[in-house]
Amino acid sequence: MNNFLQARRAGLLMLALSMAVLPLLMVNSFHYDIAIMIGINAIVCVGLNLLIGYAGQVSLGHAGFFALGAYASTILTDSYGWPSIVAMLAGALLVGVLSFIVARPILRLKGHYLAMGTLGMGIIISIILNQEVDLTGGPDGMPVPSFVIFGWEPYGNQVWYWIVAIALFISVVVALNIVESPIGRALRSLHGSELAAGTMGVDTLRFKVLIFVVSAVMASLAGSLFAHYSGFLTPTEGDFFRSIEFVTMVVLGGMASTFGAVIGAAILTILPQILAAFHDYEMMMHGLVLMGIMIFMRKGLVPTISGWLRRKPS
Amino acid sequence: MTTLFAKNIKRLIPVIAALGMTAGVAGAAEPIKIGTFLAVTGPASFLGDPELKTLQLYVDKINSDGGVLGRKLELVHYDAQHKAKSAITFVKRLINQDKVDIIIGGSTTGTTMAVIKLVERAEIPFISFGGAGVITDPLKKWVFKTPHTDKLAVQKIYSDMKKRGLTKVGVISGAGGFDKSCRKNAQTLAGTMGMTIVADESYGKGDTDVTPQLTKIKNAKGIQAMLFCGFGASSSIVAKNFKQLGMKIAHYHSHGSASAKFIKGSDGAAEGVRLPAAALLVAEQLDDSNPQKAATMAYRKAYMAKYNEPISTFGGHAYDGLMIAVNAIKRAGSTDKAKVRDEIEKTSNFIGVDGIFTMSATDHLGLDEKSFVMVEVKNGTWKLLK
Amino acid sequence: MSAQFLQFLFSGITVGAIYALVGVGFSVIYNSSNVINFAQGEFVMIGGMATVFLSAAGVPLPLAIILAVLAAVIIGYLVEKLAIEPAKGSSVVNLIIITIGVSIFLRGLAQVVFDRNFHSLKAFSGTEPIQIAGASITTQSLWVIGGLVIATLVLGWFFNRTLTGKAMLATSYNKDAAKLVGINTGRILQLSFMIAAFLGAVSGILIAPIALTYANVGVMLGLKGFCAAMVGGLGNPMAAIAGGLLVGVAEALTAGYLSSAYKDAVAFIIILLVLFFMPSGLFGRKEVDKV
Repeated sequence: MNNFLQARRAGLLMLALSMAVLPLLMVNSFHYDIAIMIGINAIVCVGLNLLIGYAGQVSLGHAGFFALGAYASTILTDSYGWPSIVAMLAGALLVGVLSFIVARPILRLKGHYLAMGTLGMGIIISIILNQEVDLTGGPDGMPVPSFVIFGWEPYGNQVWYWIVAIALFISVVVALNIVESPIGRALRSLHGSELAAGTMGVDTLRFKVLIFVVSAVMASLAGSLFAHYSGFLTPTEGDFFRSIEFVTMVVLGGMASTFGAVIGAAILTILPQILAAFHDYEMMMHGLVLMGIMIFMRKGLVPTISGWLRRKPS
Repeated sequence: MTTLFAKNIKRLIPVIAALGMTAGVAGAAEPIKIGTFLAVTGPASFLGDPELKTLQLYVDKINSDGGVLGRKLELVHYDAQHKAKSAITFVKRLINQDKVDIIIGGSTTGTTMAVIKLVERAEIPFISFGGAGVITDPLKKWVFKTPHTDKLAVQKIYSDMKKRGLTKVGVISGAGGFDKSCRKNAQTLAGTMGMTIVADESYGKGDTDVTPQLTKIKNAKGIQAMLFCGFGASSSIVAKNFKQLGMKIAHYHSHGSASAKFIKGSDGAAEGVRLPAAALLVAEQLDDSNPQKAATMAYRKAYMAKYNEPISTFGGHAYDGLMIAVNAIKRAGSTDKAKVRDEIEKTSNFIGVDGIFTMSATDHLGLDEKSFVMVEVKNGTWKLLK
Repeated sequence: MSAQFLQFLFSGITVGAIYALVGVGFSVIYNSSNVINFAQGEFVMIGGMATVFLSAAGVPLPLAIILAVLAAVIIGYLVEKLAIEPAKGSSVVNLIIITIGVSIFLRGLAQVVFDRNFHSLKAFSGTEPIQIAGASITTQSLWVIGGLVIATLVLGWFFNRTLTGKAMLATSYNKDAAKLVGINTGRILQLSFMIAAFLGAVSGILIAPIALTYANVGVMLGLKGFCAAMVGGLGNPMAAIAGGLLVGVAEALTAGYLSSAYKDAVAFIIILLVLFFMPSGLFGRKEVDKV
């Protein structure tokens, strides 16, 4: 227990430090843009990691929640003139209610059936966003009004960097608290063996539902931030491939590792920028990288590397 | 060890000096950086692929002819697919990291609209290849475009229908941005041009059969013509299903079908389809007196010689965009962004592939209806309708 | 029964047969490995594209078809050998991401080896449609449906009558027991990928005259095929065929009678309903948790 608290404090300190030092290394607003996108993706991944890593439940539909939050913010501020913060919270509430409704039937599914259920849900959301042109602008998307917090309008990538950094830090703290709460311990028992947890009298479904809703709401809030930051929104943010991207970030960083989720988000956000140099071979490289990491580091980066470090007495 | 080190250092000195010198020389004639982001892969690759090939072809050509203002052109390209988010990130990279002098491209309306805020704020000239009218209307100071608007295309189609006495239309459209925008224009223009839409159907991404939708259109009351808003493989699938159902009404497509692939892919079912297209598609049928003939024929020849595949009109947007940019840089005598922007706006009587461009402070497209022609598929090839 | 309904039905069966052929591939692989192969649609693409490019290069069509199918089968083998086998024992999520990686890789490869355009094959027996009771169906649709019927019969015979087929079934029921009785489960896995690739490539060729073919043609087909396999119940090839036809007909009827804009959502709504009320698919067997 003490050990964990120490590790946790060290991890949070590392995160805060690297977020504070990062701006020294970034020389232009393109670098900031990448850092901000990493932060936004990481918020989704930290939530999704609770679901995949700790509760052991796959979701191939979380981009749907991300996009719902983004569109709720956009439509409510743009068409109805709501204040950004209120719109953002309304979006989160909507996603919370929706995910709560679908959670029970979906989470009763297992393995590939669960994957298919969440995939279907995500695709239905994506189809609606594409089809309701009058509301969402359809596939060509719609511009998003600026973010306004109590009359203050954040402008420029540096300001956005700090907003996203703080949001990410809060998400990580929330996630770590959930992991160490009684719920979290119940969750970890789930991943070990659901049957065993069930016989011990743990209401597994209730915990899974709770985590599903928490991760969906985190995705929704990240989506709202994304929409306001990028200033333009298209339904590709909610499609199947975006969902896969989120899941891959979590698995790549290392399941059941909150900091791993952040690192996974960072790597996969930077990857397309590196692969852009391959031009025609970009897609092939992308596929190879995904395969390679999943085959050779099947536990994900952070657990694999920390495993190596532990093995080698330094 | 030390001697080896010293030797190496000595050997390095001339190299370093040379590097410094070339850097100095390069400073005098640094390349002009043209940034572009296109949908080279993904569902909109039918646009981005010929666009990129065209840009590469003509950048090489211009460079082997000595470049522009004595400087070489350097094309900086990223594949943003059809994704707004990638477009935003890559345009930031073009502006802040690569420090390009001008941006051309953006294959789709969505990716273009997503970056407008950025280019306006960065004050860098931007020529889009996106279709929709909203890109330059309302006007944005730094944003230009080369393709005809889809509104113009629908107007063209409706006037042709009216000429034939057809007023009752069934519309079928796909799930893409291009499709939806075309459908919307078809709806809004129907009112002002005295047309009635009696059926409105759509199909999904990657659909392999649309006979249910066409059956409904076929059975719609009083229907006289069908308008298809879409592109790619769907164009051929619609044509084939149309033939399968033995439909006899007039058959119109949007300019999204304006490629030889459509006719070939339809296996004979494209016969009789009418669509609006850039004159490029029927370059050889233009009158010799038509000023566009030489430009379109030259582009076609160059493209087919290099890539050994038929041209599509989409590559033409890229040709015009590049040439308008290059001409503006020449006239400005520098790559000063404000000057180049002003010169693009002053583009006048530029004979391009898409048409003859005359831009102004109120018109950042500069094309009129004349450069858009109606064609019909006859005997497996395009026939210019006069 | 109106001519209009019959027309919708023809469309549904044609499309459903395509989904079914793709769906069977999912089932065959799932059966022997518990892997959902998200690259199944890419086998369809390889079959179609390779045939188009070979015949464009002057290879006679029948030979081009054989070579294309052969290429797909070899790629199927390589996928198993190089991407699935090294990941033995990985979690469901890992395997999903690996096969998605394979799918992205193969699409990228196709864009380099072939091109980014769409292509068509000429219909095998002409383009004149056949009229039945006021509705029409193309001869190519009959080829696709025929292909499905033959695939069904051959697979049925293979799984029930041949030793290898029985070994594959045995492996799907209990891998460890199969190993104990001397079945080489590794070989079975490779074989299942080759069969899936074969089925995918053949359907890709059969549908090329209808749906055309391009580097990304497998994306949506793969997802719909997955739906087909899922609705029927994973791991049962015959159920996948029923599932495919069901999804195809439901889509066509929705497009015809309800809303064509939301036709695509239908497949997924059916999936959700089936999963919610019959969590193992319509004809599937129950997935039992092992302690």
